[in-house]
Amino acid sequence: MSGEAISGDAVSGDAVSGDAVSGEQPAKPLPPGEPADPQVTLWTALRHRPPPRFLLSPLPPRAYCFLLSGAFLGLPVLLVLALLIAAGLLLSVLGAGLVLLTGAALLGVPVARIERRRLRLVEPVVLPDPHRAMRVRDAGVRVWVRIRLRERATWRELGYAVLLGVVFAPAGIGVTLLLALAGILVATPVLVWALAPEPVMVLPGQAIPDPLAAVPFSAAGVVGFVVVAYLAGLLAGAQVKTAWFLLAPREEPLSRRVLELTRSRVRLADAFEAERRRIERDLHDGAQQQLVALTMTLGLAELELGDGSPAAAALLARGRGEARHALEQLRELVRGIHPRVLTDHGVAAAVTEVALRHPVPVAVDIDLPRRLPDAVETTAYFTVTEALANAARHSGASHVTVVGRLERERLRLVITDDGCGGADPDAGTGLSGLADRLAILRGRLVVSSPVGGPTELRVEVPCAA
Amino acid sequence: MLRIVLAEDAVLLRAGLVELLTRGGHEVRAAVGDADALARAVDAERPDVVITDVRMPPGFRDEGLRAALELRARHDRLPVLVLSQYVATAYATQLLGGGSAPGGPGGVAGLGYLLKDRVGEVAEFLDALCRVAGGGTVIDPEVVRVLLVQQTRGRPLSRLTPREREVLALMAQGLNNQAIAHRLTVTEASVVKHSGNIFMKLELDPAEGNRRVLAVLAHLRGEGSPGRTDADT
Repeated sequence: MSGEAISGDAVSGDAVSGDAVSGEQPAKPLPPGEPADPQVTLWTALRHRPPPRFLLSPLPPRAYCFLLSGAFLGLPVLLVLALLIAAGLLLSVLGAGLVLLTGAALLGVPVARIERRRLRLVEPVVLPDPHRAMRVRDAGVRVWVRIRLRERATWRELGYAVLLGVVFAPAGIGVTLLLALAGILVATPVLVWALAPEPVMVLPGQAIPDPLAAVPFSAAGVVGFVVVAYLAGLLAGAQVKTAWFLLAPREEPLSRRVLELTRSRVRLADAFEAERRRIERDLHDGAQQQLVALTMTLGLAELELGDGSPAAAALLARGRGEARHALEQLRELVRGIHPRVLTDHGVAAAVTEVALRHPVPVAVDIDLPRRLPDAVETTAYFTVTEALANAARHSGASHVTVVGRLERERLRLVITDDGCGGADPDAGTGLSGLADRLAILRGRLVVSSPVGGPTELRVEVPCAA
Repeated sequence: MLRIVLAEDAVLLRAGLVELLTRGGHEVRAAVGDADALARAVDAERPDVVITDVRMPPGFRDEGLRAALELRARHDRLPVLVLSQYVATAYATQLLGGGSAPGGPGGVAGLGYLLKDRVGEVAEFLDALCRVAGGGTVIDPEVVRVLLVQQTRGRPLSRLTPREREVLALMAQGLNNQAIAHRLTVTEASVVKHSGNIFMKLELDPAEGNRRVLAVLAHLRGEGSPGRTDADT
């Protein structure tokens, strides 16, 4: 049991293992975060499958389809883009030019949408839509255009559309032509036989005399098929990679998300703290004042009544007593929520106040050069009160010391009691709750409580001014 | 009849206090809602006694208390009764701090620190006010109780009988033997006997008036007390 430690470090990776990839549920999701990029299926197959198995798999034909359809899409896109830009620039003197240029800028959006579907020909990984979910019908055209133009994804998609037209479409056409050539080479003997006596020339000026002489060309054609299959695989894989790079939602680096989560947690804790203070203030300024006013009125009534009616005087005195009792309870309540003296005088005074009311003698030695941030003060205060409560409740201690210092911009508190020890941080919510509160401030709680005592709680909270 | 300047930011309480004080036969020269107005009112009215809430605008912290201390420094020994919503020995120490240091601003003569609840006991409240105005010291029984609880653990105070503790608490409120006897409905002679026992058990010199309160307070806050309250300044 000795040396049990709870430490809360605000930045812990496992806090964010939940995922934020939006969109459809992919069979094989694109993992967020760049270091472990998924492998392109085509390339993996190229590299690891034995050639016969790769060549006989459906992958090469799929790659051909992918590249050829890419060419059919890419060239018109390039044409439309060029026309839109040219016309837009020409008409830019009129207002219409701007509309055309906007259209050009947004052209990538529908193209990318088609591309994300087309990619499934060769790649089972589904690319989620990087755009903010929004329908033109709901948002209105103006809003839709404005938001899309502001999204980086839109511009990446435009870049992809240009690449598709300039690089991948011609490459696709090239592969298709090579594929056709290989086909023709393989079929040379048949052609020679079928077209005889017409001369068939594969190499210029050298007519192939008979089908048998064309067999080497067939062999070259088969080799050509193999080469084209691999070439198409490489090329389609490159396009998949490019699409992943440009068309997928950009995941923020994990560290940034952790930072954001940490910040939001701090904001949340601050909000709770502010709420506690508000409640305290409301009770203080509202209910408490009302009750004081009530006791005052009752007191005045008593005075007015004089010795006239002893029965009425007794009732008034009882009423006043009850009002006072309510005040005392309210005061206790406020102390538990957020003590006034902590706000007014800081940790040392507030802890001293608690120590004075504590059933076990407490020596307080807190010496701080200045007031600390609100959150630190509150957390420190409640840590000490919880530790003191534990000491009184469980340990049978006869003496407790609380020492607090500010060292190198860290508040260090040590709470020691001479009780029986054996405090278990995992039992009950008190200590672990404290560790949670401290973790928000990047603080630490170390509990050392060997059976037989003594119990020592060490608290460290950084408090940059 | 006392001329009083009152500072209390809660309108309800301010009105109630004005009514209470007026019925008690005193004259409220000014009733204000913040510390600055308090200073101006005191400068203008030169009252016999000031009653102020600890917590006041604009900061809602201890503006009233600090204003009172400043006023005492400016107007020699201006009697001040401080009302607080809750007991904080830190406040009591802050207010009476001058008392333990000889030559502090006016000592503790004419100082009072009471919980707001006490105003319900109208007669006693007015009585305490008069004692403060007359240069006496009044400490809320709750402060004394808290200090007593702390002190009774293995200390001479634990040897005090319950009756003696009652007498001690009333002494801290600045009551003389006669008033204590009246409050406890015992004879003055037995109060004298009790206080003699108290001072003997606490190993204090019997003293009169404020010095008696001071002696008790100094002892309660005194050396080696585990809960010293001066760590916050």
